[in-house]
Amino acid sequence: MGNHPREQFDNPVVEWVDSRLPIFTILNKEYGVFPTPKNFNYFWNFGAIAMFMLVTMIVTGIILAMHYTANVNLAFDSVERIMRDVNGGWLLRYIHMNGASFFFIAVYIHIFRGMYYGSYKRPRELLWILGMVIFLLMMATAFIGYVLPWGQMSYWGATVITNLFSAIPYVGEHIVTLMWGGFAVDNPTLTRFFALHYLLPFVIFAVVFLHIWALHVTGSNNPLGIDVKGPQDTIPFNPYYTMKDFFGLIVFVMIYCMFIFYMPDALGHSDNYIPANPLSTPAHIVPEWYFLPFYAMLRAITFNMNVYMLAGLALLAVVLVEFVWRHKPKYLNAPIGFLIFAAGGALALFGFLADMNQDWEIPMSAAEVAPVPAKLGGVLTMFGSIAMLFIMPWLDTHPIRSARFRPLYKATFLLLFVLFVALGYIGSQPADANVAGIPLSVFGLALTGYYFGFFLVILPLLSRFEKGRKLPLSIHEAVLAKKQQFQGVSA
Amino acid sequence: MKARHLIPVLAIAVGAILPLAPASANSGGAEPLVHQDWSFDGPFGTYDKASLQRGLKIYREVCAGCHSLKRVYFRNLEGIGYNEEQIKAIASQYTVQDGPNDEGEMFDRPAKPSDYIPSPFPNDNAAKSANNGALPPDLSLITKAREDGANYVFSLLTGFEAAPHGVEMSETQHWNKYFPGHKISMPPPLSPGQVSYADDGSPETLEQYAKDISHFLTWAADPYMEERKRTGVKVILFLLVFAGIMLGLKKKTWADLH
Ligand code: HEC
Ligand code: HEM
Repeated sequence: MGNHPREQFDNPVVEWVDSRLPIFTILNKEYGVFPTPKNFNYFWNFGAIAMFMLVTMIVTGIILAMHYTANVNLAFDSVERIMRDVNGGWLLRYIHMNGASFFFIAVYIHIFRGMYYGSYKRPRELLWILGMVIFLLMMATAFIGYVLPWGQMSYWGATVITNLFSAIPYVGEHIVTLMWGGFAVDNPTLTRFFALHYLLPFVIFAVVFLHIWALHVTGSNNPLGIDVKGPQDTIPFNPYYTMKDFFGLIVFVMIYCMFIFYMPDALGHSDNYIPANPLSTPAHIVPEWYFLPFYAMLRAITFNMNVYMLAGLALLAVVLVEFVWRHKPKYLNAPIGFLIFAAGGALALFGFLADMNQDWEIPMSAAEVAPVPAKLGGVLTMFGSIAMLFIMPWLDTHPIRSARFRPLYKATFLLLFVLFVALGYIGSQPADANVAGIPLSVFGLALTGYYFGFFLVILPLLSRFEKGRKLPLSIHEAVLAKKQQFQGVSA
Repeated sequence: MKARHLIPVLAIAVGAILPLAPASANSGGAEPLVHQDWSFDGPFGTYDKASLQRGLKIYREVCAGCHSLKRVYFRNLEGIGYNEEQIKAIASQYTVQDGPNDEGEMFDRPAKPSDYIPSPFPNDNAAKSANNGALPPDLSLITKAREDGANYVFSLLTGFEAAPHGVEMSETQHWNKYFPGHKISMPPPLSPGQVSYADDGSPETLEQYAKDISHFLTWAADPYMEERKRTGVKVILFLLVFAGIMLGLKKKTWADLH
């Protein structure tokens, strides 16, 4: 930075600053003339929109913090005073409250875009991982923020989620005690959550900076998923994409405002308007909507994984690595592989049945000796589902990026999307709900199975066997062809 | 739209609609609520001041015997259409404790507009012990703290009936169609003719009472609703115009590209 030749600016003040600290040169390079593929669609707006939401959250959050009191006896009242007595306080809080939801909406669409068009692939793996770090930090921030108003859902949500960590062997209990600052969710929990809720958004900001830095090294992907071949494929970011981003942002903000002004509480839970009461458990504890699919995966594991099941799963993993992940099996041949597969499947099923029927007298099958009890299994599944996203660039090594040219990837991925939303629905229902006599958790387990199957099996297989469609030669040509097609239609 | 775009769009549409489908399956066995037409419904909805004032009357004459409304200041009553003099007059009918004075003593004085509406009991335990162990919740947020709050409170107040045959009830419990679990420790608080509406001649029926108090409690929980919706109209209109201008500018910018 700064050692490169620099062009002079006409404005003397700008020039004075820039010759000492070339901030305007950098801005111009990265946001002015930055060469950007010319074929973006509106999915490419959501990065800028997410950035806008982050800034909105930080600005409204800091002003809320001026009026908020992090104390179990005062927190709920202080938020209500913001709503009633602080000038414009209701607006501020509704912006922040709904802002969390709309931040997640923007980021979910942003991630969907990346998966659909293969933006996570080489050379953008690190960019993708930084994005996933942001996603994780956002989840932590939003979870912690939801505790601050200290309503019934705040308190009980915090209790349920922090308790999950106790499932981790050996250190779990210590982690939970550390998070609580005591032996239950209480004042020390609230004060440390507030401190972290103030801190984490700035950490996110720093990671966003790295994320954009990495983006500006590789350049943007585009709906065709093919590399930029030359200047005819790109246009300068400004004014083309500044204008387009601005327009998209305003449409997004308009929908966001409809919630703020007309249904500000629609995305929240009414129980959070009841002050926290450790003595009264709500009938039905649910997290915020943006956590529901992950929550459903957590609850899908209703069984303990005993030694039989784990042994079976280990055998299946061997087959997965040898025959699905490796292009050519290294240690095993097909008949042996099939035997191991059958044995693994049978063992896992046997272990499952033995856990379901605790009265069978089978050594080492009792719930108490299961190395992975249901709770830990659920926690591992939930975190594993996010881990899948992290390693996605190495699971999908297909040379074609965009789903437009990969019909099989497109079909299986869109199915994943629909099932992910269905998981969200399952997560919103009471744990004992059922459909047509079948417990919802069974559907939850089946969909969780597809989720992991998509990443661990379908992606590696497609990487090897999907042929894909013919790619256009360049972005420029594809854009021209599309134009001619349109003109042909209208002529 | 080309077929190529259709599948993703369809998938997204299905995904977006799915969670809305049978989302109300969890009402815990209670009956579906009675739905009223409220003047505050919809994006241009406003409160009906006359109804709010009748609702305050019901709160003061009936509910205040057991329930607090502790987040509402007397001065807030401006929002239901009272002027300063009227508010002073209402407040002065209450006594609040103040102090300590210069001698270090707490003392009683008439309430002022800047005071909160005093609660019937000094603390939760006192409230419980006066109500057979059940705590009458504070009502200032009740319509937000229940799903579909206004209709819920209306339904609750009109939903008392005789317990079905064979159901065990303790002395202090009452059967209510809409209360989760049906057994509520609140005696039916309203009966026809109980509160005088002589001032404006509205019908003195249970439905009218329930409607007015629910209306009033909705205001108490959401006093800035009218301002919020009015601001919303301006903001949305502004954004619409702004979006139109930006779309034009964007099109103009992009027109010279080939
Ligand atoms: C005699 C005392 C008494 C009076 C008068 C009274 N309530 Fe109650 N109310 C209670 C008690 C006690 C409960 C708690 C019931 C329970 O939890 O089972 C309650 C609960 C409620 C609830 C909450 C129900 C729920 O979903 O948890 C509402 C709403 C309510 N009352 C409204 C009113 C209104 C409106 C009035 C005035 C018209 C009123 N009450 C008058 C004693 C009273
Ligand atoms: C990544 C950005 C952020 C996210 C996703 C986020 C999320 C949330 C959420 C979900 C709530 C609960 C809202 C409610 O139900 O009332 C909340 C509350 C709160 N947040 Fe944030 N927040 C962010 C940034 C900030 C920042 C930077 C601050 C500054 C200190 C802040 C301060 C507060 C305060 C004081 C509350 C409690 C008041 C309230 O509940 O309305 N937030 N936040």
